Amino acid sequence: MADTARDPPPDRTDFHEVEDGEDLFPEPSAATPESQPASLSAVDISTNANGPKQDSFFDDDNEDLFAEATEEVSLDSPERDVLLSDGPSPAITPITPPTSVITPRIGHTHDDMFTHSSFDEIEEEEGGDSFDVHISVSDPEKIGDGMNAYMAYKVTTKTSMSLFKQRDFAVKRRFSDFLGLHSKLASKYLHIGYIVPPAPEKSIVGMTKVKVGKEDQSSNEFVEKRRSALERYLMRTVKHPILLKDPDVLQFLESTELPRAVNTQALSSAGILRMVNKAADAVNKMTIKMNESDAWFEEKQQHFENLDLQLKKLHASVESLVCHRKELSVNTAQFAKSAAMLGNSEDHTALSRALSQLAEVEEKIDQLHQDQANADLYLFSELLGDYVRLIGAVKGVFDHRMKTWQKWQDSQMLLQKKREAEAKLQFTNKPDKLQQAKDEIKELEGKVQQGERDFEQISKTIRKEVSRFEKERVKDFKMIIVKYLESLVQTQQQLIKYWEAFLPEAKAIS
Amino acid sequence: QQEGLDDGPDFLSEEDRGPRAVNVDLEMDATLQVDISDALSERDKVKFTVHTKSTLPNFKQNEFSVVRQHEEFIWLHDSFVENEDYAGYIIPPAPPRPDFDASREKLQKLGEGEGSMTKEEFTKMKQELEAEYLAIFKKTVAMHEVFLCRVAAHPILRKDLNFHVFLEYNQDLSVRGKNKKEKLEDFFKNVVKSADGVLVAGVKDVDDFFEHEKTFLLEYHNRVKDASAKCDRMIRSHKNAADDMNRIASSLYTLGTQDSTDLFFFLKLIVSVLVFALKKIEARVAADEDLKLADLLKYYLRESQAAKDLLYRRSRGLVDYENANKALDKARAKNRDVLQAETNQQLCCHKFEKISESAKQELIDFKTRRVAAFRKNLVELAELELKHAKGNLQLLQSCVGVLKGNT
Repeated sequence: MADTARDPPPDRTDFHEVEDGEDLFPEPSAATPESQPASLSAVDISTNANGPKQDSFFDDDNEDLFAEATEEVSLDSPERDVLLSDGPSPAITPITPPTSVITPRIGHTHDDMFTHSSFDEIEEEEGGDSFDVHISVSDPEKIGDGMNAYMAYKVTTKTSMSLFKQRDFAVKRRFSDFLGLHSKLASKYLHIGYIVPPAPEKSIVGMTKVKVGKEDQSSNEFVEKRRSALERYLMRTVKHPILLKDPDVLQFLESTELPRAVNTQALSSAGILRMVNKAADAVNKMTIKMNESDAWFEEKQQHFENLDLQLKKLHASVESLVCHRKELSVNTAQFAKSAAMLGNSEDHTALSRALSQLAEVEEKIDQLHQDQANADLYLFSELLGDYVRLIGAVKGVFDHRMKTWQKWQDSQMLLQKKREAEAKLQFTNKPDKLQQAKDEIKELEGKVQQGERDFEQISKTIRKEVSRFEKERVKDFKMIIVKYLESLVQTQQQLIKYWEAFLPEAKAIS
Repeated sequence: QQEGLDDGPDFLSEEDRGPRAVNVDLEMDATLQVDISDALSERDKVKFTVHTKSTLPNFKQNEFSVVRQHEEFIWLHDSFVENEDYAGYIIPPAPPRPDFDASREKLQKLGEGEGSMTKEEFTKMKQELEAEYLAIFKKTVAMHEVFLCRVAAHPILRKDLNFHVFLEYNQDLSVRGKNKKEKLEDFFKNVVKSADGVLVAGVKDVDDFFEHEKTFLLEYHNRVKDASAKCDRMIRSHKNAADDMNRIASSLYTLGTQDSTDLFFFLKLIVSVLVFALKKIEARVAADEDLKLADLLKYYLRESQAAKDLLYRRSRGLVDYENANKALDKARAKNRDVLQAETNQQLCCHKFEKISESAKQELIDFKTRRVAAFRKNLVELAELELKHAKGNLQLLQSCVGVLKGNT
């Protein structure tokens, strides 16, 4: 583990337990599987020193069987999960992180810390290659049969950036590949404060229908919903300047073959361990009481709590509206038929014709609603869903900062104790022990310094990330609202046409 | 009415001034004009002020008002139905009972849930429910008024003594609602009627006109029933969507006002306007349809039933006439009670012919009225929809303009 941590492989991960299995509860919360109060192992940065130290928006969006349980335990913000890497490292279960792991880690993090700041600078210089990547997810194709079947999607990238090997290329990916990607990114970037966009949610029901081969409207809708969500997920990920350059992302987009993400299943041993850790972590979180010295963070945290509530409420209302619109569509169609029948039985010719026309108008209006307004309303609803999950990620990042602070405090306390112990040892005649104590103290001092730097760094990163997030959020919503409004404009224009055509018919009744 | 500022359907718009006979195109005769000038809603009853203007000598004054309740309208209607002299006319359908139960229930629930919502939400919901209550109220007033106007416009019914008493007598008519026994009697009468109706409907009428009318009315009545039901469902869906819009509106508003980001500030304003607009769009469509289509269909459902009832009475008369003929033949054959049988037969014949004659005219008038009412309402529906669509379009276009301009 330590070795892999040292090498710059595409996926250097922190060994976090990740709940990534086939979850039954699409809860956008995952507990950070730090089972130790010290949680030293879990919070280590594993970004490649050479790799792009980019702002990664960690989004922990794991559905896991015990997500709800975790929710009950934790106070407010959802626990985030950092995903286990599917890379060469075996399923790590950092329940008892061996201390031997810590040391090289620290050394590593030490390096990383330096590179951190240097990468901030590099980031700013990075202006050269302006963002120009367009990803589309298309052509869902069912591969296999029965319960082992899965959907494969074509991921096409069109770009002019020098980052990529080609300008226009495509690969085939399945859903678990996306989850795997998210898993790796989350494990690398979450704990240092980057908001990693959440992957789309799993859905047992939806997938089972597809697997079983049910070719009806709802399963088609499901596939389309998923396709669209995957596309949004990838676009959001690459829009992040740091994540875009991550080797895992590049590999995902470019390489024909991708190692299967095997640890994404809930009921593997890794999965079970993840759940346990999550629960433990939730308990831990309750006990962390941070002295927030920075008003900005306090304010922002409150802001995101409120935003979370409001978005959830809005999301629920929009979903209800989508539902009622569908109902309206059905009822309008039925009324149109009924009006046509009435027109048929009416024995006054002109009135009969007018009633038939009315029926036609109603039918057309129904179609109009279905095609235009409903479609965009649906997009709005999906966007809201995305944001509810994204907010979860943001809250997660804040929690990580808290943990980082805790870690720092813990080291400080430990140092204090060691110093006291050393002071006592001064009076005993145990030179070996004294030396050992002095060594430990030196080590701890380094740790404390590192802890402080980590904390400052994550705070800094979060500020940037939040600002970026807010900008993106406003842009996204504005765009969706404008789009919806424009479709409404079109709807009204069409309505005017229909009624204007109908009016003379009505007036012609005599 | 200022575009975009009213919060409910355009009940007070110009279209509804004057004779609120939305569903019936009636000629207002100067000799007898009736309307409901005022109405008061008390806890479980509504008091209508019936206002009459007349040059007829039958009345003591030229203009007067009385207060009447729903039961008194029903009494008047039933007195027409039970009057054999009016067997040959389409009796104007009775107005439906004022039904505020649903609205009252909602208001009550709101009161109970007052503690659980913010003051703003509560006030807003209260306003909406009150508007709903007001709309139902206005509708029931319109229904009662239409009934009176129809009676006043009918050449024979307007002369009815009970009607004059109803209009003029300024004391309580002391008509009580039917008690259980009477209601049961009514029920059985209806059962017998429908059994009869089946029998009678089977007999093919010699007269082409009536045969055609029978076929037509039976089918038409069913189709109107179906259309009315589906229309109601459609309107309910619209109202649900409008409610959702309302909730979305409040959420968006809260989001906008809570958000301290400068970037979101512009959106805040636009969002409020937008949201307001969206609410209007949904609510108005529902209101338009409700007013023009649903009420129209419901009214003609009742009228077509009344027309069917006329046909039934005529058929009954025909059966009685035929039976009397048979009885006369029998009497002549036995040479017993011939005079009595002859008198009876003549009576039935006379009754039947009288009904047939007036029925024909009534049915022709019914068609004319129906066509006129549909025309009026369909035209008004189209015009309202157009007006609102154009208004909405303007509003939406300005929203888009502002949003796009503020990139």
